[in-house]
Amino acid sequence: MTAVDALLLALGAVAVGSAVLVVATRHLVRAGLYLVVCLGALAGMYLVLSAELVAWVQVLIYVGAVVVLLLFAVMLTRAPIGASDDLDRPGWPAALIGGGVGLGLAALLVDAYRWTKVELPDAGTAERIGEQVFGSWVLPFEVLSVLLLSALVGAIVLSRPDIGSSAPKTRDGAGQERGATR
Amino acid sequence: MPLWLELVIRVGGVLVAFLVLPLLVGQAEHKVMAHMQGRLGPMYAGGFHGWAQLIADGVKFVQKEDITPSAADRPVFRLAPAVALVPYLLALLVIPLGPNDLVGQPLDVGLFFVLAVVGVGVLAVLMSAWASANKYSLLGGLRGAAQLLGYELPLVLAAASVAMAAGTLSLPGIVEAWQPWWLLWQAPAMVVFFVAGLAEIRRPPFDMPVADSELVFGYLTEYTGLRFAFLLLAEYVGIVVIAALTTVLFLGGWQGPFADAQLGWLWTLLKVAAVSFVIIWLRVSYPRLREDQLQRLCWLVLVPTALAQLVLTAAVRVAM
Repeated sequence: MTAVDALLLALGAVAVGSAVLVVATRHLVRAGLYLVVCLGALAGMYLVLSAELVAWVQVLIYVGAVVVLLLFAVMLTRAPIGASDDLDRPGWPAALIGGGVGLGLAALLVDAYRWTKVELPDAGTAERIGEQVFGSWVLPFEVLSVLLLSALVGAIVLSRPDIGSSAPKTRDGAGQERGATR
Repeated sequence: MPLWLELVIRVGGVLVAFLVLPLLVGQAEHKVMAHMQGRLGPMYAGGFHGWAQLIADGVKFVQKEDITPSAADRPVFRLAPAVALVPYLLALLVIPLGPNDLVGQPLDVGLFFVLAVVGVGVLAVLMSAWASANKYSLLGGLRGAAQLLGYELPLVLAAASVAMAAGTLSLPGIVEAWQPWWLLWQAPAMVVFFVAGLAEIRRPPFDMPVADSELVFGYLTEYTGLRFAFLLLAEYVGIVVIAALTTVLFLGGWQGPFADAQLGWLWTLLKVAAVSFVIIWLRVSYPRLREDQLQRLCWLVLVPTALAQLVLTAAVRVAM
């Protein structure tokens, strides 16, 4: 076993352990903090696999933004310190589904690769990723960016009730009234 | 030189910078603020113009009792100061001081790394705010998180503009590609980056999260002793990191009037000191922004400016 294997195993153990804690803990905010550990361990695994840029993207987007947003929302609504015993969580079905999917995927991957050895690719530098993304993968990249853009526009429309509701009201003459009260 | 020795020297150098530069900035803040307000500032500690004031402060903080409120979430509360400090320490690792690899750890995606780890600082704010079990702390923390999430965007966009201009994400690479006329070309990005950086380290006029007249001391309220000192230290390391990043990205880093190869480190330090001085100056001269003004500035001024700068940078790059 090389140092890379050992590191991967250790980081994997951290990731799985903290992921289990995320769903098992009774402390709401701590669940979010365990998620940080889990995603951080995942970023560490990318680093070990020499995908530097992806690792730091993971930290920037997931740890720095997504989890923070999640914690922010939890703290704005309900974030008691200490255990919340009134959480209703169907424990057994979740454990069954989670464990089943995990074991199934693991069995599938183990069966697919057996003892094949895969050499680590060259370091995932920004230059290489740029060449790939804007070279052979440029079409999916553009399609994805259009998808993201439409999701952004959709989010703005959803979060502003005045955009959607004004159209039917102007038809029956209530639009002017609304405009005046504002 | 064997590998381990080089490693020890590099890490040791970064550690020394981490411990010394924030103290220098702190002392400069004491004296500069005092003189701008027509006072003397610390004059006794150490004898000559109170040079040892911060050391005395440090001794005082160590002696103070380390209190954790009984209602607090103990482990999270105690962990938060470390989470606040470590990102800045990591950021210092990749900031180049001079040419020829005079940097803690040369990294191909250095710029990205710095932005990613500095972004983790928000977590410390949320952790300390929530775990304190104090309404003022929580309010301050929520303000801080909203501010940091918002200002992350112009910060990254402005940095992306320089990366585009230089054609690299490596910090030494950006300094090498830098030319004096970029001062003009990248000026909007520089202003956006500097302002967003100020907000990112929660310095006045962006100190809404710790506004002492309404929130006691925001998310720092419940902290005492050494942990409070660590959180305070994080703020001053933050000044050094933001000043150093502004220097490296927009002011040409080690490029000076002469002898870049030998005196590069001096030019970098001088520029960092100058930017730090401006940060202190702003604290003395501007009143605190209100929460809505703060968000308005971010989304209606800084983000559009940064986007326009990106367009400009792209146009010039294509034209050249």
